[in-house]
Amino acid sequence: MSIWPPEQKIWWHEPIAKIEIVWIVVAFLWGVAMFFMMIYWHGAGEQNLSNEAYRTSPEAYAAKAQAMIDQYTVRDEGGYPVVHPPAGSEVYLIARLWQWWPILEFEKNQSYRLHISSMDWLHGFSLQPTNINLQIHPGYDMVLTVTPDQSGQFGVVCNEFCGIGHHTMLGRIYVVE
Amino acid sequence: MPAREQFRTCPATGLKIHLPAEKLIKANAVAAVVFLAIGGLFGLLVALTRWPAVHLLPAEWFYLVLTAHGLDVLLVWIIFFEMAVLYFASAILLNSRIAAPKAAWTGFWMMLAGAVITNIAVLQGKSSVMFTSYVPMQAQPHFYLGIILFAVGALIGCFVFFGTLVIAKEEHTYEGSVPLVTFGALTAAIIAVFTIASGAIILIPTLLWSLKIVSTIDPLMYKAVWWAMGHSSQQINVSAHVAIWYAIAAIVLGAKPISEKVSRLAFLMYILFLQLASAHHLLVEPGISSEWKIFNTSYAMYLAVLGSLVHGMTVPGSIEAAQRMKGFNNGLFEWLRKAPWGNPAFAGMFLSLILFGFLGGISGVVLGTEQINLIMHNTMYVPGHFHATVVTGTTLAFMALTYLLVPLIFQRELIFPRLAKLQPYLFALGAAGISLFMMGAGTLGVSRRHWDITFADAPLGFEYPGAAFLMMGLNGIAAVLAALGGLIFIVVVVGSILYGKKIEGGAAAGPKPAAVVGKYGSAGTLAIPGTAVLVTVFFIAFVLYYFVNWKYLAEVWPLR
Repeated sequence: MSIWPPEQKIWWHEPIAKIEIVWIVVAFLWGVAMFFMMIYWHGAGEQNLSNEAYRTSPEAYAAKAQAMIDQYTVRDEGGYPVVHPPAGSEVYLIARLWQWWPILEFEKNQSYRLHISSMDWLHGFSLQPTNINLQIHPGYDMVLTVTPDQSGQFGVVCNEFCGIGHHTMLGRIYVVE
Repeated sequence: MPAREQFRTCPATGLKIHLPAEKLIKANAVAAVVFLAIGGLFGLLVALTRWPAVHLLPAEWFYLVLTAHGLDVLLVWIIFFEMAVLYFASAILLNSRIAAPKAAWTGFWMMLAGAVITNIAVLQGKSSVMFTSYVPMQAQPHFYLGIILFAVGALIGCFVFFGTLVIAKEEHTYEGSVPLVTFGALTAAIIAVFTIASGAIILIPTLLWSLKIVSTIDPLMYKAVWWAMGHSSQQINVSAHVAIWYAIAAIVLGAKPISEKVSRLAFLMYILFLQLASAHHLLVEPGISSEWKIFNTSYAMYLAVLGSLVHGMTVPGSIEAAQRMKGFNNGLFEWLRKAPWGNPAFAGMFLSLILFGFLGGISGVVLGTEQINLIMHNTMYVPGHFHATVVTGTTLAFMALTYLLVPLIFQRELIFPRLAKLQPYLFALGAAGISLFMMGAGTLGVSRRHWDITFADAPLGFEYPGAAFLMMGLNGIAAVLAALGGLIFIVVVVGSILYGKKIEGGAAAGPKPAAVVGKYGSAGTLAIPGTAVLVTVFFIAFVLYYFVNWKYLAEVWPLR
């Protein structure tokens, strides 16, 4: 029994049941398949993080974002500037207690280099309803190249707890035709 | 050799029970159950707040209670119970005296003091930083101090366990190798040492930072090291509850491992590979290479998963073999149909095995896939996954073992045996519901750790789909069922310990351990077709669900 010492002292010479060997081989191969699936997706799939990131400071990052806001703001919505940057440009999104700043407006099927960084604590970038989720740290400028392929209005939920106003931290991204 | 009077002989099993070890097991098990009750209540409050139609607590209380819930159940309940398991698997199963009982008591009191201090810090309201306490968000210093004290206490317990193994070997209290269950407990203890070391490496500087002695802590480094504690400590639970599966199968049915070699190698896989799991929490983090993520998140080609897959077959396989030896040989599943489903220890154990595999295991691998994490990170899918592992897996297995500890260690009969019979089913139903509905909500994008998914107070608006609200409502209902199951457990166990009929020395008392079924070698040739069917069903479910999630991923915006 499993609660007594093995009945045969030299238990490591016991034969292994065939069904166990079969299952071990199947399970091992499945693990290898799942391992290579991730590598395969880096070549064949369209959803992979480049892991591009830079050390930054809240001040330096905010200055870059402000320059973009000053240049490309097209309108104002409830106190939030709506920024429509040109396709292919560097776009800066600020995460801070408790806002995603500013509102961004993209064009469908165009690519943008989207930078995101936090001014204070950890935040979670959760783009809904398309459902893309990223962890945003202070001091790290995370860069991803996104190509919105759906048009409409998207919410940016904060999905990392960031204090008492966490549930009010909601941003917006528009994708226009 | 210690004095004879320090031992009693268990009338049911014939095991020599060292009385100081027995006392330690009792103390740790009782502390565990108390914190399960407290933490479970907090959990119910969380679920009722996230039930949109109920929305029980105000925001400030919600975040406070959520922090306390995580600490009390994920850390305190589980580690206290694991201390009891370690002492049981060493001193009791090996017929040995326990090493350094005074040190073990020091560890116990440190853990208790630490748990109380951290709970006070949380309840004071200025440490609602969640279980993970990510910097730069800061809790009060005694929040970290309490966790450090608790961890050091647990570390002492691990070394008492190691010491007991040495004593048992030196004093020849057993022949040959340690039992498989003790081997599993040893796995848990080895992982615990690594885990606690990681905890110390990150929490001691964080304590100094909260005292303004250290100026900054890098948030990314914090996450990487914190999760070397946070996730690896879940692997302590896996090792412990797998050991308990084997133990209950042995005690209730007389099952023995199909092959010692395979089961022990599977435990060894845990020691070698589980510690890479910190990566599961860093898959959508800035600035970490994909090579690092893929290697670590897959435990080097899923070798730790392989360990669990092996146990997932050898545990039911050993039960099938034992049942067939007893003559339950008709068809594929007579052995399973005629299993002792009315025994809460067996029912809890088997439900834990099934739910841990189907819900917790599969969802964990999918969630931990580098790219698929993009559509799940920090959504409700995450708590959905770990409630499947830690509640339907670990907690249910620990509850099942408790039904055996009450007669064997506390020497009391269970009060309300009918309620006890029902309890594993009710708790499993509720906990499985919580897991599934949270995963469903997560797939629809709902954020975890979030007080108000209607965003009523947000300057900008957004609406989750109606199905997401339905999922959160169903989660609330399932949580009520689970809480009821938990309450019955507490009532039965505490009631039995206090008021249960005392089991005296007579041979008739207590659960009889089943007779050993089968000798070595014979079990190896025994066919276990029922188990083969079960693992085939599991494997097909795994493969289908895995690729369905790749399809979901393929539908989101292209990004790189």
